[in-house]
Amino acid sequence: MSEEFEPNIVAFLCNWCSYAGADLAGTSRLKYPPNVKAIRVMCSARVNPLFIVNALQQGADGVLISGCWPGDCHYIEGNYFARRRFMLMHKLLEHAGVDPRRINMSWVSASEGAKYKEVVEETVERVKAAGPMDQFRRRQLNW
Amino acid sequence: MSNDRPRIGVYVCHCGTNIAGVVDVKAVAEHASGLPGVELARDYSYMCSDPGQAMIRKDIEEKGLNRVIVASCSPRMHELTFRGALDDAGLNPYYLEMANIREQDSWVTEDHDLATDKAKKLVDAAVAKVSLLEALEQKEVDVTPACLIIGAGIAGIQAALDIADAGFRVYLVDKDPSVGGHMAQLDKTFPTLDCSACILTPKMVDVGNHPNIELMTYSQLENVEGFVGNFKAAIRKKARYVDADKCTGCNLCAESCRLANRIPSEFEEGIGNRSAIYLPFPQAVPAIYTVDPERCLQLTKGKCGKEGPACAAACAADAVDFEQEDEVVEVDAGTIIVATGYDIFDAKRKPEYGYGDNDNVITGLEFERLVSASGPTEGHILLGRDKKGEGGWEPKKVAFIHCVGSRDESVGNEYCSRVCCMYLAKQAHLIREKLPDAEINVFYMDVRAFGKGFEEFYDRVRREGVRYIRGNPSEIYRKGDDDHTMIIKVEDTLTSTPLESEADLVVLGVGLEPRRDNREIIDIFKLSQSADGFYLEAHPKLRPVDTASAGIFLAGCCQGPKDIPDAVAQAKGAASSALILLASGRVAVEAQVAFVSPDECRGCGFCVDVCPFGAIELVEENRMGNIVGVAEVNEALCKGCGSCAAACLSGAIQPKSFRDEQILPQIAVLGVKI
Repeated sequence: MSEEFEPNIVAFLCNWCSYAGADLAGTSRLKYPPNVKAIRVMCSARVNPLFIVNALQQGADGVLISGCWPGDCHYIEGNYFARRRFMLMHKLLEHAGVDPRRINMSWVSASEGAKYKEVVEETVERVKAAGPMDQFRRRQLNW
Repeated sequence: MSNDRPRIGVYVCHCGTNIAGVVDVKAVAEHASGLPGVELARDYSYMCSDPGQAMIRKDIEEKGLNRVIVASCSPRMHELTFRGALDDAGLNPYYLEMANIREQDSWVTEDHDLATDKAKKLVDAAVAKVSLLEALEQKEVDVTPACLIIGAGIAGIQAALDIADAGFRVYLVDKDPSVGGHMAQLDKTFPTLDCSACILTPKMVDVGNHPNIELMTYSQLENVEGFVGNFKAAIRKKARYVDADKCTGCNLCAESCRLANRIPSEFEEGIGNRSAIYLPFPQAVPAIYTVDPERCLQLTKGKCGKEGPACAAACAADAVDFEQEDEVVEVDAGTIIVATGYDIFDAKRKPEYGYGDNDNVITGLEFERLVSASGPTEGHILLGRDKKGEGGWEPKKVAFIHCVGSRDESVGNEYCSRVCCMYLAKQAHLIREKLPDAEINVFYMDVRAFGKGFEEFYDRVRREGVRYIRGNPSEIYRKGDDDHTMIIKVEDTLTSTPLESEADLVVLGVGLEPRRDNREIIDIFKLSQSADGFYLEAHPKLRPVDTASAGIFLAGCCQGPKDIPDAVAQAKGAASSALILLASGRVAVEAQVAFVSPDECRGCGFCVDVCPFGAIELVEENRMGNIVGVAEVNEALCKGCGSCAAACLSGAIQPKSFRDEQILPQIAVLGVKI
């Protein structure tokens, strides 16, 4: 490979904390790599484990899920569900031979723009180290 | 969902140069125009402006658009604006999708080409989702015409009076036995030198007497359920061991208490004492005595002297009641204002200043009680009084130290507390007034005299012979064992001279910190905190009194350090926001709620288990003779988080606007490499 591998990462950000934190990173004009592209969901608990598999299947090299800090969930306890589902999925995918560095989770509050930047940078580095995702058969894009 | 072929309009906003300076907006619009279902794609300087919105409305009407994508700022910023534009043009407002190409692209991406590529991707994802959006109906519910206010300092009091005067019911709750908060403890207020009690106590009396205000002092919020318009709060009225209806506030109980004047008074910041049965201060509202359950002999040891509790014997009204128990009451409120205030910085966390080891090193709040005419010394600056509060000496050299616990990363507080510069200037003035011959030195980093009349007051204080020395003391220690004199080690940074300045009274300008028990309130309301630990407002500029939760507002120092006028102004802002809901009597509820496809539901109940709001229940349904359970959503309780959808094995339950089939196409688009 002549050029450095640039991973493609799909992020699921909860509306109240992490999406707002990502917005704050922008408002604060912090710079981070463009590899991570966000899908807004109301709560991290909305993230169906299927979404993670689906993203990897569709060609994403990594996934990031981010929600409110434990105890701060706008929906009381959604992030705890998200965490449990994530842990399970993480193990399952590792078992299936997927590099665990591809699947990432973090807590970013609405006031943590700087943390969001760090999370993105770290996630990009981790997924970069894992290399291109070519384990799952890619479907033709057809929607 | 509409069966019509999607006719999508894509609008790419320049946002001046905020987006267009980085992202090639024309290229993005051109790219969008080639996407499936896209009827037209335009770019414009400010989509949120009137002409921008008019463009969308015109295209909907003339080109028959049935879906709209605005690629601009965050949906958290302008989703409601553009939904309004759709609504005005007769299109269901939920046929809108936004692509966040400002906060999450142009502002964070250095490389212009990569930013443009990312913008195209984000627009792709929006296009993938938008044709699958459904029309939603905006429902409204009634608003309970009452406001619950947590915290009865000046902010809570002001908000309560405004709302009560407007004719609505107010429940004003405070954990302390009296309303008044920190302001009641202050002597004079800067920069006008108004007597704090003189301007506060009339308001305290007003909240005590107002027919629309139900005062709940010595009460703790336990739990809040419900949603905007219909909150249900459980409040624990702690046992006072005094019958509120009988107590006349005569003070005979406190005088007769066996621990009379032997317990450090919280109100007097420990420089004065109280009894185990007490009124925090003479002007307290309500004027009802309270027994301290942690100190009272009868309550801690089960026995008070040989003859039983002296307070009960002394009370002519027979108000003392040791059988009293906590009572939990429920109140209904349409809106809530959180005004829980602040704690002062614990000066012991700066051990180099010697606070706690030296009686003549005191906090600014202790000084307020020392200088107050209603304080333990009746306003005389007397230190080293004996246990009976007699004797004492007057200081001759007084030092004031700025920024104790503020602007100090070593204690984790980067922020400025906004009030210390001015309260120390005021306190220096009060020393000058009471001790004309005293030497007064103020050690500061910067003086921030930013408010109305502040700079003038600061000038006045300096003209009164108060010396300002620019330097942050490194250490404060006792000169000799038998002397009051303290040595302040500091570098005068204006002349680069190391100094060892003497003082026999050191006042620490302690900063304001988030309440140490604010976790309780956060857990109840699910409030967010900003980096400094104070509660986070919904928008730092435009929604400074709102929280992320609809119907819950912030007032006063719980949102960040403020002086009294700012706290009052914010309280009035919060009151007006609450009144908008109360006065209109109706509020729109979440339209993006979950719904169930009954045929796909297998009745496992996983969704019921994960729903944090108890919004789902299984109802029995007869299917050809088989009784099966089918999930049903109570739309009034559902907040649309979507946790149920992630738990559902068959995909039968889905949150509207965030259904699997709406998110999966986004994933498909974003997953593919550029």
